[in-house]
Amino acid sequence: MKMTNWFLTTTALLAAAQFAAAADVTGKITLKGAPPEEKVLPLDPVCGKLHTVPLKTRFYVTDGKGGLADVFIYIKSGLTGAAPAPSATPAVLDQVGCEYTPYVIGVQVNQKMNVLNSDALLHNVHPTPIVEGNKEFNRAQLPKGPPISTAWPQSEILLRFKCDVHPWMFAYVGVVEHPYFAVSAKDGSFTIKNVPAGKYVIEALHRKTGKPVAKEVTVGANGAVADFTIELQ
Amino acid sequence: MNRAPHSPWLYRFAIGTALATLALLSVGGLVTSKGVGMAVPDWPTSYGYNMFWLPISWWKGGVFYEHTHRLVAVFVGLLTSILAAWMWGRETTGRVRWAGWFTILALVLMLGHRGSGNAEGGAAGVPAHFKFLAGLMPALLIFSVAQCVRTRSALRWLAMSAFFAVILQGILGGFRVALYKDQIGIAHATLAQLFFTFICALALFLSRGWSDTDAKPTERERGLRCWFMVATLLIFFQLLLGATMRHQHAGLAIWDFPLAHGQAWPDTSVEAITRYNQQRAELVALNPITAVQVRLQMVHRILALLITIVVALSAWLTLKHAARGSVLRKVAVAWLALIALQMALGILTVLKNKPADLATAHVIVGALSFATGVVLLLLAWRVEILSFTRGGPVLSSPDGVVTN
Repeated sequence: MKMTNWFLTTTALLAAAQFAAAADVTGKITLKGAPPEEKVLPLDPVCGKLHTVPLKTRFYVTDGKGGLADVFIYIKSGLTGAAPAPSATPAVLDQVGCEYTPYVIGVQVNQKMNVLNSDALLHNVHPTPIVEGNKEFNRAQLPKGPPISTAWPQSEILLRFKCDVHPWMFAYVGVVEHPYFAVSAKDGSFTIKNVPAGKYVIEALHRKTGKPVAKEVTVGANGAVADFTIELQ
Repeated sequence: MNRAPHSPWLYRFAIGTALATLALLSVGGLVTSKGVGMAVPDWPTSYGYNMFWLPISWWKGGVFYEHTHRLVAVFVGLLTSILAAWMWGRETTGRVRWAGWFTILALVLMLGHRGSGNAEGGAAGVPAHFKFLAGLMPALLIFSVAQCVRTRSALRWLAMSAFFAVILQGILGGFRVALYKDQIGIAHATLAQLFFTFICALALFLSRGWSDTDAKPTERERGLRCWFMVATLLIFFQLLLGATMRHQHAGLAIWDFPLAHGQAWPDTSVEAITRYNQQRAELVALNPITAVQVRLQMVHRILALLITIVVALSAWLTLKHAARGSVLRKVAVAWLALIALQMALGILTVLKNKPADLATAHVIVGALSFATGVVLLLLAWRVEILSFTRGGPVLSSPDGVVTN
């Protein structure tokens, strides 16, 4: 019993110490080069009625000043010890107006993920993983039906979700083994929270540009800054 | 090949089945072109319903195309069953006749039993008897094709082969949905083309004109055969390539013409492929382009050119050597027209960024071109085929054959 108490106390202290030493990694993603023009999506009449302006592709969402959205940024290497348990809060991917929202999200391996259908029409939730161990499924989700819950046992960057009823609907999920990831906002900014002090390789991947960009950063008490430039070829 | 007397109604029925198959190919082509092959996640049920009772309110978006495809497929399956039963009944008597009809009925009933259904899709939702049929059908198909050869002139075995092939085709389509396998989609698309051609050949054998003449082809007419053979084989290879390209679900790997990514032969380096993927705006969920897909499209283009040349030469030689007013001349000219149309459709499909209607028309004209090639081959070898079949065991068939 005494031994167990000692073990639990030590673990708690270590965790607290790690948390105390943790800091944020912030940065900005900048797109270099002129992206191709976004195209109008071929919505069917039912989905078309849900929008007053034509829905367009979301390949290169920028703020007009070079900031690039929907980039998945994560610690690629440098972490030591076991990864913290996945957050108890499920990640959420919604279907609104015949579009997956958000376009890119991140989850930890085995973290619960809820796919919602906020539309008053039928969708199919069809993830198409390519990493062995992550199982493909294709489930109907009734109008405003209950969430479809899933979790991914293997790391996969990026795992595609699509809807076969509305083939223009697709989104991507970055699945990593730890909670140190982020997705850039429209101005290109991102924050990876509570990263333990240490030296890491951080990688940024934009789905469409294809080529990941990596950077080595040292996280200290004040965190670290990691800006990335993604170049179009 | 026709031993029983010519039946105009049976011939018309076979033509009807071929037309229905062409319609099925069109809907199937639309399903793939629109990227909605998985819109109904379960099979053989549709969203847990018996497919015939799926409420109309569900027929929206991709569900409309995929569900229509399934219903038209059932219709073609039904027509093929009737055709097989009809032709079997015409050529057999007694126990053999009943055994054939029982086999057809038993298989149709097995297919009609859809199981309890699992709206979540996946292999778990496929009833065990469908998995059994998936193993049985290739064996039955091989057996019936072997019987065609063994009995020499038995059209009933050809019809039975078509019946087994249509079941196999349905199962391939279902398994493509249930097992999430694009590779099965390639086999499904290829068998679709072969099945259509098979039904066209069957209709030809049932036509009045097929066994009307015993006129031997001249030496020059015989010389046309190798041209028809080469062109038809090239078209078949082209269909295989097309099916592979379409069922990789990566969209257009090259979107300019006559150049390819601005060059005579496109760059397929890693950097170039990354650039192509960055530049293209895919409107539906597509897989990224790979170097293999770029090369496949180049082979498809070169082959298209080669086919056009060989078919044009075949048509020219046919006009030069075949007798005036012969069927061969008319079919060869129609063949060339189809190939020209197919070439135009292919170019437009590329230039217009693969709209579903054009891409589907390209599939349909491809199927018609292949079927026309096979019909030409059969016509060119008609006398030999008739001679082979007339030398068969006509009077003393062990399985109850009716003779004329």
